[in-house]
Amino acid sequence: MQDVPLFWYLALGLFMFTTGAVGVVVRRNPVVVFMCIELMLNAVNLTFLAFARYSPTLLPGMAESPQTWMTGQMMVIFVMAVAAAEVAVGLGIIMAIFRLRNQVDVDDMSALRG
Amino acid sequence: MQQWLESLHPALLALIRVLLFVVPILLLVPGFIWLERRLLSWMQDRIGPNRTGTISKNFPIKFLRGKKTFGLLQPIADGVKLFFKEDVTPKSIDRLIYFVAPALALFPAFALGGTLPWGPSHGLYGLLTPIANVDIGILYVLAISSLGVYGVVLAGYASNNKYSLLGGLRASAQLISYELAMGVALACIALASGSLRFIEIVETQEQALFGALPAFQNWFVFTPYGLLAAVIFGICMVAETNRAPFDLPEAENEIIAGYHTEYSSMKFAVFFMGEYAAMFVFSGVFATLFLGGYNFLPVNWQYLADQGGGAAGLWQFIANAQYWLSPVFFLLKAFLGMAVYIWIRATLPRLRYDQLMFLGWKTLLPAAVVNFIAIAIWIMVSKVQNPVLGTLAALISYVVLFFVFKSFIGTNKEARALEKRTVTYAQFPTKPDSEPAAAQ
Amino acid sequence: MIAALPTITPNQITFLALAGLAAMMAVGVVALNNPVRSAMCLVVNFFVLAFIYFTLNAQLLGITQILVYTGAIMVLFLFVIMLLNLSGKQIFPEKLDAKPVIGIAVGLGLFGLIASQVLLPMQKITKINAEYAYGSPQAIGKTLFTNYVWPFEVTSMLLLVGIVGSILLAKRKI
Repeated sequence: MQDVPLFWYLALGLFMFTTGAVGVVVRRNPVVVFMCIELMLNAVNLTFLAFARYSPTLLPGMAESPQTWMTGQMMVIFVMAVAAAEVAVGLGIIMAIFRLRNQVDVDDMSALRG
Repeated sequence: MQQWLESLHPALLALIRVLLFVVPILLLVPGFIWLERRLLSWMQDRIGPNRTGTISKNFPIKFLRGKKTFGLLQPIADGVKLFFKEDVTPKSIDRLIYFVAPALALFPAFALGGTLPWGPSHGLYGLLTPIANVDIGILYVLAISSLGVYGVVLAGYASNNKYSLLGGLRASAQLISYELAMGVALACIALASGSLRFIEIVETQEQALFGALPAFQNWFVFTPYGLLAAVIFGICMVAETNRAPFDLPEAENEIIAGYHTEYSSMKFAVFFMGEYAAMFVFSGVFATLFLGGYNFLPVNWQYLADQGGGAAGLWQFIANAQYWLSPVFFLLKAFLGMAVYIWIRATLPRLRYDQLMFLGWKTLLPAAVVNFIAIAIWIMVSKVQNPVLGTLAALISYVVLFFVFKSFIGTNKEARALEKRTVTYAQFPTKPDSEPAAAQ
Repeated sequence: MIAALPTITPNQITFLALAGLAAMMAVGVVALNNPVRSAMCLVVNFFVLAFIYFTLNAQLLGITQILVYTGAIMVLFLFVIMLLNLSGKQIFPEKLDAKPVIGIAVGLGLFGLIASQVLLPMQKITKINAEYAYGSPQAIGKTLFTNYVWPFEVTSMLLLVGIVGSILLAKRKI
């Protein structure tokens, strides 16, 4: 894939990120809101990887670092690990709320106490 | 032949590789069903299907008239029956997902073999297999096999049927649980062979047995860590394909037929095909990882031929035969795996749900981790010190970790005794205790 | 940018097809009312994203994407949706209030802001600076276990805490 410019990857990442952000604001189902957060995380992952591959030397000092293309990938790995932990805990919280309140509409969950 | 293949466009060559892998499996699926029915009936002391395919009285060749052919045409008859059955589609289903689910069940079964080699990496077979010789062969198998759950879960959801939904839920929980132990067992093999490529794993197994006997091959199943990993992987493999005794998602005495209750005719047949194709490909993966892949016997024929001596010509001939017949040997091993699948189905009763979870999380996963730690210690000490010390360290770590594992399992003995709901005959007092035993 | 490239190569067609599918599925996640269908859209999105990672030559991360996201996380999502039976009578009819309008306006604003400030300066970059095998398991393993070993260990602790926390939350009685 030598001939695909970096711009295209970034555009896709930006589109997915904004779609996810709109979803977080608009949707009322907590599981779907959660999925939109995953979408945003993945958009960021894509951006990280695209930057890692192209390693643009826009900023001063970046060109000297020999391993710029590894840094992006490391970030993706850590984002994935954190996302896995986040999903396990988050879905646990949604299950607990559902058991307590028997309804899961984000708009109605305004009380700080269960 | 080889020059012609090399001259082709890479995409065309890739297409040929895909067809060479997928078409034989598609053609063999009816054969698997025949094999299962015949073997199962033989193991259960029945006759099984043996009439379909009896040669007609008007057959031109005289001595074949009226001969039975072991019911070889039975799968074709089954297929025709399934094809012409009424296709019942329930009314209140989620239509799109209902129709997509069987396809989703079939796709991973065929995609699973994408990195699997069925021939040596040099010469002609190097061009034809594997479909994609990538750095991530083992991870690819893990990733694709984890996609297999979608077909089942979505079928269960889309059917809008309580029992189907239960089957789908069971399948998702079961597959997630067994994926872990499978992954750790595969990690042991990756550690031992130092590569994630299947071709290199097979070539590691072609090295000298225990590093000392160059005439024989060091298949992983001959080594202690490999044997343990093979047992764990084998059990997880059966669980991943939803076969007996792990067929809880389709347990017919509890939840009718589980996730495919509402499927009929060809859509049911597609589920069936997916299951058998997955079994076959998983058997191939097992053979590649632990049983030396396409090698028929664990003997280095080429080494023997290079040694010279009186029989060198014979060894060279066998080595060449081994090279050209390697796809046949691979198929044979995969069929052996299928036979073991059927054997297990004929032998073991279905597990209870809590037994399933206990086996997956509290037995297989710790055992796989013990294996992983031991082989890591073995490799480290072998590299830093020497192989003898490494073997010793590995043995000691096995023993220590085994006792840790035992104590870990044994800590909760009383709770487990309560959980055990298996009732033996002796626990049923047929007569009141007060009655004297002599009255019997 | 497209106007600057008069011919379109097969690689670009592949990328555009994958990206178009991913974008459609991303919209599907937000737009579809049934949570199971949203989840399926997301699964397809993540699966396609793995292929986009392959086009970036990041093999290991592509396969990890399938393994972690489509293989584990999304199965968990589906499991919870089915367990809570959110797709039956729990589907919320989306109210016709100002929320979607505001949400889409905010989204468009965000898109415009980032596109004008970050994307436009990046237009000219086509040179690939990474090594060819920068995404192979060997390269990643080497970096992860030398320069990044501390973050790696911290992540493992985080996962452990995550396991304990989710068990604590999910269990009725401890």
